[in-house]
Amino acid sequence: MTRPEELLRPTPNGLHCPPGDFTIDPVRPVPRAVITHGHGDHARPGHGAVLATRETLAIMAARYGEGFAETAQPVRYGETSSHNGVEVTLVPAGHVLGSAQIVLRWKGLTAVVSGDYKRRRDPTCAAFEPVPCDVFVSEATFGLPVFHHPDDAGEIAKLLKSVAQFPGRAHLVGAYALGKAQRLICLLREAGYQKTIFVHGALATLNALYEAHGVSLGPLAPATTETRDAFAGEIVLAPPDALADRWSRRFADPLPVFASGWMRVRARARQRQVELPLVISDHADWDELTQTFRELHPEQVWLTHGEDQALLRWASLNGITAQTLSLVGYGEEEGG
Amino acid sequence: MRAFSRLLDRLAFTPARNAKLTLLRDYLRQSPDPERGWALAALTGALGFDVAKPAAIRKAIESRMDAQLFALSYDYVGDLAETVALVWPKKTGTNAQADRAEPQLSEVVDTLQSALRHDVQRLLEDWLDALDADGRWALLKLLTGGLRVGVSARLAKQALAALGNVDVAEIEEIWHGQHPPYEDLFAWLDGRSGKPTRAAPGRFRPVMLAQALDETADLAKYDARDFAAEWKWDGIRIQAVSEGGVKRLFSRTGDEISHSFPDVVATLRFEGVIDGELLVVRNGAIAPFADLQQRLNRKTPDAKAIAKFPAGIRAYDLLLAGETDLRTLPFRERRARLESFVARAKVPGLGLSPLIPFDSWPALAALRANPRAADARLAEGLMLKRWDSMYEAGRPKGPWFKWKRDPHLIDAVVMYAQRGHGKRSSYYSDYTFGVWREDASGERTLTPVGKAYFGFTDEELKALDKFVRDNTTERFGPVRAVRADRDFGLVLEIAFEGLQRSTRHKSGVAMRFPRISRIRWDKPAREADELATLERMLDARS
Repeated sequence: MTRPEELLRPTPNGLHCPPGDFTIDPVRPVPRAVITHGHGDHARPGHGAVLATRETLAIMAARYGEGFAETAQPVRYGETSSHNGVEVTLVPAGHVLGSAQIVLRWKGLTAVVSGDYKRRRDPTCAAFEPVPCDVFVSEATFGLPVFHHPDDAGEIAKLLKSVAQFPGRAHLVGAYALGKAQRLICLLREAGYQKTIFVHGALATLNALYEAHGVSLGPLAPATTETRDAFAGEIVLAPPDALADRWSRRFADPLPVFASGWMRVRARARQRQVELPLVISDHADWDELTQTFRELHPEQVWLTHGEDQALLRWASLNGITAQTLSLVGYGEEEGG
Repeated sequence: MRAFSRLLDRLAFTPARNAKLTLLRDYLRQSPDPERGWALAALTGALGFDVAKPAAIRKAIESRMDAQLFALSYDYVGDLAETVALVWPKKTGTNAQADRAEPQLSEVVDTLQSALRHDVQRLLEDWLDALDADGRWALLKLLTGGLRVGVSARLAKQALAALGNVDVAEIEEIWHGQHPPYEDLFAWLDGRSGKPTRAAPGRFRPVMLAQALDETADLAKYDARDFAAEWKWDGIRIQAVSEGGVKRLFSRTGDEISHSFPDVVATLRFEGVIDGELLVVRNGAIAPFADLQQRLNRKTPDAKAIAKFPAGIRAYDLLLAGETDLRTLPFRERRARLESFVARAKVPGLGLSPLIPFDSWPALAALRANPRAADARLAEGLMLKRWDSMYEAGRPKGPWFKWKRDPHLIDAVVMYAQRGHGKRSSYYSDYTFGVWREDASGERTLTPVGKAYFGFTDEELKALDKFVRDNTTERFGPVRAVRADRDFGLVLEIAFEGLQRSTRHKSGVAMRFPRISRIRWDKPAREADELATLERMLDARS
C-alpha cells in the first residue's frame, strides 16, 4: 500500500511531490512548479519550469512580465500530463479565472490539492469539479462555523440600494484586483446595473485580461480623469488598500465599501472603517468546506492555510481523518 | 424584521450623523405601521423585555451545537449575540418547520410582551430558525437590550421631523405624550390626521440655546444695559418637570434621565418646569465636573454613589409655573417669577443661578477673566441673556450668548495618528499627543495626554496627513505611530477647557474638549510642555 506521504510532503518551499519532482505553489523559486491559481501568494515569479492553466500563466505574465519563469507549460482543464510516473491533471477549482485543483495519480493513489476554491456559482470562472480521491488537501481560510457567506445577489442589492439612497456620495468598493473585482462587476451587471463602473488603475490590466478570456464586463472607465463631483452617485472599484490611501481623496464624501468574506465579522469591518461591508468571498465558507469533505469522503483530509482547529473538530465528529500541514506563506495577498 | 435588521446593520457602521438620518428617514418612510413604530421604540431604548436573558440564548445554542465548535467560534468573534447569530445551525430534514416565514418585529414584540419565561427559549429557537444572520443579530441584540447603533432620542426625533417635513421642536413638544408604536404620530407625519394632542403632563419643552459670542463684533453692536449676565455652569443642562404628579428630568435634547438621578427627581416638590444646570453640590458648594461624571457614568446609581456625589440644580429659567406657560414672557419677568418660585419651593438642592451685576462690557470682561467666588471659578464662562428675550426653542441669533473663558493652551508632540471617517477616511486626522515627563531613571520621555481631531483647516489637514505618512514608525490597524523624540517631532498647540485628574489615563490627567489651536511647525519637539505644567493647571482650577 502506497503511503500518501510518499507522494506529497510539506517542505519550507511548499507542498513537494518527491516522485514527480515538482512543488505545488512554491513560495520560493524552485526548478519545477505546478501553480493552482494566479494570486500572488500562490503564483510567484522566478521558477524554472511552470505548469498551470493557460489563464493562470497569462495572469502571471501580466503581473510579472513574460519572463516570469524559464519555461511555461500551459494545460487545459482535464488534460493529463505525466511526470516520472505521476499523472497530473488540472480541474476547475471555482476560485478565480484559471484556478485549478491539482489531481495527482500515482501507484493507485489519488491526491487532490485544491488550492483555494469555492463551490458556489461565479460568472467569471469555471465551477469547482469534485474529484473522488484518497487524500484531499484543502484550504481552511474560513474554517469556522461563523462563516456562512450569504447569497451574493443579496449583497449586491445592498450596494445598489445604498447607491440609490446616497446619490451625493461616491461608493468606493474595495475588491481584490484578481477575481473579486471582475466577479463584482459581473454580479452588478447581472443585477441590471448598466452604468459605467469606474476602476482604479491597478485593476485595469486584469480587467482587460478577463475580457480577453471571454468574461464581458460592460462599460468601464478609469477613475482618474473626472472632476470631483462626477463620481457622486457612481460605483468605483479599487484594491482594498486604496480606500485608506491618498488616492481616495479625489472623491467627494466617499462611502467605503469592502467585499470580502471577512466582512461577516463586525469587528473586522470596523477595523477597516468600512461603512458598507459586503460578504462576498471567493473562498469556500464553512458549509462549502464541510460539504466538500462529506461529498468526497477521502481517506484523509489535509488542511493547509487558515483556521484549522474547528475543521479538525468537525472532522473528528464526522468520522473523517484530518490533519494540518505546516505550510507557510499563504493567505497573504488575497485575504478572502 | 428584515428591513429593521438591514437598518441596524447600516446604522452600526455609519459614523456620520447626516447619513444616519437619511437611513432612518428612509426606513420610516418605507416601513408600515406598526413595524416602524416598534423599530423606533427599539432604537430609542423605549423597549425592554425582562423575560429574555443571555442564559436563554446560551441554552438555545448549547442544545443545537457542539460545545467545542461553539467555544472556538465565540473565541474568534468575541460577542455572544453576534457569535450565536452567525453560527446558528438551522434545523434541517424532517424536524424542520415547513419554511416558517420570518417574524415581523411587531410579532416579536407582541409575543414577548405576553410570553411566560419558560416559553421564551422555544420562541427564540423558532425565530432564530426563520431569520437570516443579520436578522438573528438584530433579534438577539433586541432581546438583550444592547442595540448600540448610535441613535440618540434626538436623532430619532430629527428623522421623524424629516419624514413629516416639520420642525423638530414640534416633535419634541408632543413626544412625551406618545407611546410605541406611535401610530398617531405617524398618521400626523404622513398627513393623514391632525397633530396629536400635547396635553400629556410631564412632557419635555424644547430648550433655548445660546450662540457663541463674537467679542469684537457683538460687544460693539449691543448695549450692556440690555443684557443680564450669569455664570455658565460646568454641569449638564437639564429640564426639571413636575406637572400633575409626573416628575421627570430631561437632558437638553429631551432624553429622559430620571433613572440616573432619583435623588433629584424626589425633590421636585413643586408644580412647574425649571430650566437649569445639574451639578454635584455639597453643602451648597458646587463640585467640579469630574464629580458629576461619576454620576453620569451609571445608568442607575446606588445609595453610596448618591451620598458621595449628591446632585442638585442651579435654576436659571422658569417655563411653566402652576398651569401658566411663561415662555412668551420676557426674561426679566420670567426671572422675577423664578426667584420667588425657588424661594417658595424650599427644595433642598434647588438653588438659583445668581445674576452677576455689571455696568459695562469691560467690567464684565474683567469678572470673566478673574471670577472671585469659589463657585464661579469652576464655571466655564458667562451667559448673556437679553432682558426682553422670550423663551424660543432652538438657537435664535441675538437674544442669548455664551461667552466662554479663554481656553488653556499647551504645546504637545504628536505621537500617534488615526484615520478619520467619511470624508476624512483617507486622512490621518485624529492625533494623540503627549508632553514630556521625567521617568524614574531621569530620562525624558513623552507621555500621551489627549487626543484631538479638529481645529485645523483642510489645507492644514493635508499637511498633517503628509507629516504622519512621511514619519510613520509603526502601524497598528488604522493607527500609526509617528516619530517623536527629543530631536524630531511635530508640536501642536492644544487648546482645552478644563483638566481633571484621571486614573484611566497613564498621565493621570484628562482634558475636556481638546482641539488643535495652532500647528507649531517652527517649534522643536524638545521644547514642548512638561507634564508638570499640566499638573499645575490642575491645581489652579479644580
